[in-house]
Amino acid sequence: MLRRRLNRLLGGDERRVDSRTIYVGHRPCPATEAFIPPKFCDNRIVSSKYTVWNFLPKNLFEQFRRIANFYFLIIFLVQVIVDTPTSPVTSGLPLFFVITVTAIKQGYEDWLRHKADNEVNKYLVTVLENGQKIRTESEKIKVGDVVEVKEDETFPCDLILLQSSRDDDTCFVTTASLDGESNHKTHYTVPDTEKDLESLNATIECEQPQPDLYKFVGRMHIYKKDQEPAVRSLGPENLLLKGATLKNTQKICGVAVYTGMETKMALNYQGKSQKRSAVEKSINAFLLVYLCILVSKALVCTTLKYVWQSEPGQDEPWYNQKTQREKDTNLYLKMFTDFLSFMVLFNFIIPVSMYVTVEMQKFLGSFFITWDKDFFDPEIQEGALVNTSDLNEELGQVEYVFTDKTGTLTQNNMEFIECCIDGFQYKYRDAGSELDGFCVTDGPVSKLQQKAGREKEELFLRALCLCHTVQVKESPGPGQGQADGLMDQVDGLGLGGEVLRPEEQRGFIASSPDEVALVKGAMRYGFTFLGLESKNMKILNRNNDVEMYELLHVLNFDPVRRRMSVIVRSKSGDTLLFCKGADSSIFPRVRPEEVDRIRMHVERNATEGYRTLCVAYKQLSAEEYAQADAGLREARLALQDREEKLMAVYNQVETGMSLIGATAVEDRLQEEAAETMEALQGAGMKVWVLTGDKMETAKSTCYACRLFQRNTELLELTVRTLEDGGRKREERLHELLLDYHKKAVQDAPPVKAGVTRSWSTANQDYGFIIDGATLSMVLNSSHDSNSSRYKSLFLQICQNCTAVLCCRMAPLQKAQIVKMVKNSKGGPITLSIGDGANDVSMILEAHVGIGIKGKEGRQAVRNSDYAIPKLKHLKKLLLAHGHLYYVRIAHLVQYFFYKNLCFILPQFLYQFFCGYSQQPLYDAAYLTMYNICFTSMPILAYSLLEQHICIEVLLDNATLYREIAKNAMLRWRPFFYWTVLGVFHGLLFFFGVRYLFSNPALQDNGQVFGNWSYGTIVFTVLVFTVTLKLALDTRHWTWINHFVIWGSLAFYVFFSFFWGGIIWPFLRQQRLYFVFANMLSSVSAWLVIILLILLSLLPDILLVVFRKPRGPNARQKPVESSMGGPQSPRSSARPLLMRTFSDESNTVI
Amino acid sequence: MKEQQETANRPDNTAFTQQRLPAWQPMLSAGIVIPGFVIIGLAFIGIGIALFVTSQNIQVLERDYTGVENNSPCFKCSDPSTKNCVCKLDFSLDKLFEGPVFFYYGLSNYFQNYRKYGVSRDDRQLSGRLDNFQSPDEGCVPYQYDANNKPIVPCGSVANSLFNDTFKLYQIVNGARKLVPFDGKGIAWWTDHNVKYRNPSITPLKNAFNGTVKPTFWSKPAYELDPSDPANNGFVNQDFLVWMRRAALPDFRKLYRRITEGDYKNGLPAGNYSLEIAYNYPVLDFDGRKKVVFSNVSWMGGKNQFLGIAYLVIGSLCVVMSIVMLIVYAKFKFPDEE
Repeated sequence: MLRRRLNRLLGGDERRVDSRTIYVGHRPCPATEAFIPPKFCDNRIVSSKYTVWNFLPKNLFEQFRRIANFYFLIIFLVQVIVDTPTSPVTSGLPLFFVITVTAIKQGYEDWLRHKADNEVNKYLVTVLENGQKIRTESEKIKVGDVVEVKEDETFPCDLILLQSSRDDDTCFVTTASLDGESNHKTHYTVPDTEKDLESLNATIECEQPQPDLYKFVGRMHIYKKDQEPAVRSLGPENLLLKGATLKNTQKICGVAVYTGMETKMALNYQGKSQKRSAVEKSINAFLLVYLCILVSKALVCTTLKYVWQSEPGQDEPWYNQKTQREKDTNLYLKMFTDFLSFMVLFNFIIPVSMYVTVEMQKFLGSFFITWDKDFFDPEIQEGALVNTSDLNEELGQVEYVFTDKTGTLTQNNMEFIECCIDGFQYKYRDAGSELDGFCVTDGPVSKLQQKAGREKEELFLRALCLCHTVQVKESPGPGQGQADGLMDQVDGLGLGGEVLRPEEQRGFIASSPDEVALVKGAMRYGFTFLGLESKNMKILNRNNDVEMYELLHVLNFDPVRRRMSVIVRSKSGDTLLFCKGADSSIFPRVRPEEVDRIRMHVERNATEGYRTLCVAYKQLSAEEYAQADAGLREARLALQDREEKLMAVYNQVETGMSLIGATAVEDRLQEEAAETMEALQGAGMKVWVLTGDKMETAKSTCYACRLFQRNTELLELTVRTLEDGGRKREERLHELLLDYHKKAVQDAPPVKAGVTRSWSTANQDYGFIIDGATLSMVLNSSHDSNSSRYKSLFLQICQNCTAVLCCRMAPLQKAQIVKMVKNSKGGPITLSIGDGANDVSMILEAHVGIGIKGKEGRQAVRNSDYAIPKLKHLKKLLLAHGHLYYVRIAHLVQYFFYKNLCFILPQFLYQFFCGYSQQPLYDAAYLTMYNICFTSMPILAYSLLEQHICIEVLLDNATLYREIAKNAMLRWRPFFYWTVLGVFHGLLFFFGVRYLFSNPALQDNGQVFGNWSYGTIVFTVLVFTVTLKLALDTRHWTWINHFVIWGSLAFYVFFSFFWGGIIWPFLRQQRLYFVFANMLSSVSAWLVIILLILLSLLPDILLVVFRKPRGPNARQKPVESSMGGPQSPRSSARPLLMRTFSDESNTVI
Repeated sequence: MKEQQETANRPDNTAFTQQRLPAWQPMLSAGIVIPGFVIIGLAFIGIGIALFVTSQNIQVLERDYTGVENNSPCFKCSDPSTKNCVCKLDFSLDKLFEGPVFFYYGLSNYFQNYRKYGVSRDDRQLSGRLDNFQSPDEGCVPYQYDANNKPIVPCGSVANSLFNDTFKLYQIVNGARKLVPFDGKGIAWWTDHNVKYRNPSITPLKNAFNGTVKPTFWSKPAYELDPSDPANNGFVNQDFLVWMRRAALPDFRKLYRRITEGDYKNGLPAGNYSLEIAYNYPVLDFDGRKKVVFSNVSWMGGKNQFLGIAYLVIGSLCVVMSIVMLIVYAKFKFPDEE
């Protein structure tokens, strides 16, 4: 929405141009003839929705866009306009209440936003104008202003860094508030900008604002006197984003390029798309049914009214003559107003309060997730986070779980395990056992205990030390500038030649934990990375000498290339390229004979569940370097297609390398990952692992998590299996798909509903493995006809497998898979869980998105619906919280419809006895208060506190989750049951009292009761019955339940006395005056009330009693359940290796 | 410092936040349900028997006097053209009709619960507010002002349609008619008589009605409803109050008089009686019926078989259910008890 508004603000003129020109410091440049200052938006951030003036109309408009509110508004208007049986107050008051409360809440939230906006907009910043520093408010910054920012300040708008106080023309920033990454990022000044900003005469040409935080392309033209204008390329490394904070740098100066709502932060500020839960859809369906009931009731009454009136004498008996106006009114108009009147009379069947209660239940209920101390993780000092409360109940309905591997199933806590240098395997053992703790454990066959040459070793370790983008964390030195502190620290260590122990503590910051693990690994073998200092990488080698390398280029990592490189120049003048990356991306670029020596190690490491990286290097000759350098610079300057051009150059440079070795880094499983996965599968959920990792690693993780069991038959559909037959991939794919389909779908015994996975060995479990390349073949087959066929085959196979592993997935593919399953037949509820930015797409795609507060920044958490610190918390979140929330809200919804049906049905039936005159059965006060006061609190308390099965049992018996699968409590059958119950109760209430009133002399003094007594007796029975019905359904009576249930009954009695005890001066008619008290003085009334309540509840009591022996003995206490003998706990500590190898043999093909 | 932070972030470990409030988890086990059903069943049967017996003992005498049939004594009065018609309804009692005897009139197919009829009244006027004497409430239309635009007091359909048949009961003793005294006090709700309906505090009451007219259907103004008792006039007239409390259903009865005095304190002795009816109230044009009912009442009110039978049925049902449950549970060997 913001963006749309923005576009409108900008006008069409600028949209057509795809770049903007900025004059640094608003100085006209010689190149352009006429200096026309371009118009950009100001630097004001507006996140608020309303202003004082438009709040009321706009907020009301927003609220009445909701169909329910609109419906009640219509009813209210009908009541105002047409002469209706109930006063407009009865529906106006609740509506007013709801609207007011919502408006106040939204107004308050908007006020907070205004406050936050003001804080940002009025923040004082320093702008350099004609050489003078001017303090001004942040909102007054214009594009082209040169802004000065001091340490620890946040940038007021998107700036191009021109000048830094650091010597090396860099500055450090953290973008914690933007993407949650707390590491320091280095940004660079534009090269060759003069130190004297006053005399700088330059223009910047850059793309139009776009929301991607990590993309920026621009060009700077620097005009110097009597010289050709110099052109410098600008990239994201030159751009300081609004919202980021300056760190470790005293001050910087930058020129504003994007301001206000055009900053990347503002463009990223978008409301997430609303996810709607299945329960909400059920509510809407039920609502439709009730709307039909309402309309048909009104129609029936209207029709019967006119049929009845056509009988002689009934239309206008002498005692009830019509007014002149009535006589004059057109018959059809009268019919229509009668219809509307009936609608109004019965409109309480759809209660406004249900929406309020549901919203309140969701809002308050979600606190239990945040409050749960089981979700508290002492490591990160945080508990669970609820970003939306709309989906609480959806947690109890999950059928498919899509999980990321790295950081979710595994800890993303990398540890360097071993490496392989030139075919010899090195494993780290505790220092001291051998000379330098670096020993050979395994080598190529028959070359036991041999080492690769020392030269090779050192080359490998240098490569590890150089080929990365790790930064050294600067510990704040007391009383010193931090930059200096670093220098001192480094120097001190380097010169002192201390033992490496303190070095171990050295903090490294990197975007990927693999890199840190590798640098730390190298450190253990004697090569310590000391830091980057004015483009020089310093390494402390084994001999405690500091080696300096000039960092020439960094060829950044990207998930497509799956490798990264650095080009450095050593002291001796050699230009070296070090490259590390996934085996698949390195092997084709090195000499094949080197590959053979290392491949075996890599593959074995991968099957052991380690993450492997291969390291290669290449010596660049001067010409080669010059060529590469030129290519890189040119590509970096490109304004269009910079990414593609860079990629081409990268690919060109990274060829003909020689392989030095490989590394193995272990990523440990998350705590209780296996138990959690087992519980999820036990609960009938299908777990799909979607990972970018390679197949072997991912597969072993799956085994470790017990997603694949020992007896699981694996169906593989990967590039490897496709290439096996030596035929065309397409054909092979076709063949395999059919084969697997036959195996898993056709031959499998028909699965009984509800039991998706049996524990018996009779059923063969299948696991399915597919990789990204094959998946894209399946999804985008060359033949259109095949594509949909493959897709459905693939889906069917997957749906019959207990676990599916998709490896080598790009983030978008993850979302594709989620979408495919989401839209498959039956529309299963999907859940995605992940921790990294690459999981965001699938988190947003799935019905429920869960973020893990892991190590890869906070993007997943920010985009998720719920965030939990650890994977293990998923079990409780789904099995306990989700289950309970679902049961609670399902019951809430059914109960609400039920209680309003039996509320309005007697009123409907009464029409048959009052000449279809729309005479209300109940007093207006009762009509209004029924849903607001008398029956609302018990159900709210129930829907917050009910635990029909206690949490421990739910956690112990995952199968209980299946009982509520597929929206079990909100399907048509239970709805029908509740409706029948409501009708039964309504009939009982009305006719019970009807037969009592066949003789209205109900008091022992012979006096008779009138119509209001009739209604009051029915209403009393009604209130008591629906409350006691809820009491009967309550399985978990806390003091709050007792308080609200008995309290609201007591309140009803008290209110009735009070309401009937006073002549209310504002009422036109004192209808209920002493009606309630008189009713209580009649024994017959008492007896009929007791009789009807008991009779209404009798079927329910019987149902509870008779249903019990059949159901699962679910309410047993955990103590009892553990009495069944010690279950053999399957040790998760079992060595990964043993399991992996023995399970490996199960793979088919 | 670190510990402080920990306590700041850690969720409260209270029973409420952790959803561990101590809770009573009622189980409807066979051990509770079966005896419960037996007890409830027996209690209901007990109450049912009491109700049934009581209801059986209530004597009721009902006579329709609409006069539709030719042989009906009031046939001549049913013609709307006849004015001030009086008819006699004779009946005889062969045993004592136990007192106190309540005398009701009943109307059928008469919709006092008609909505427009019901709202056609002015409670403020009826509580004695003089402002509303001069300008009655909107709701009273078409009985708000008369043709001369004078306010009608009491206004509205309900008041206008006040039941105006009057009854006199004679016992025939040796051919002579002996008037059975009627007691007209306390037939309306005490609160209606003393609080809700008030005459304006102007004496004589007649003056308060200056400038107003009586309802079109009425033969005499409100302040002259009961010439025998000056305190029973205006809006606190008992008959008026009984009428103003609208009946719930189209077939209803309203209390007219009680027989509590003199020789009839213990009831109506056996013998012949003659009810003299001043037949004024037209019901035939809307197919209505009029009747009179003599009844005595018990602690449960008037005669009503429904309650007694319902209690007996439900009570027996509970007992039967408990037996069925006993059998079912015996088969399942009381799984709860193990």
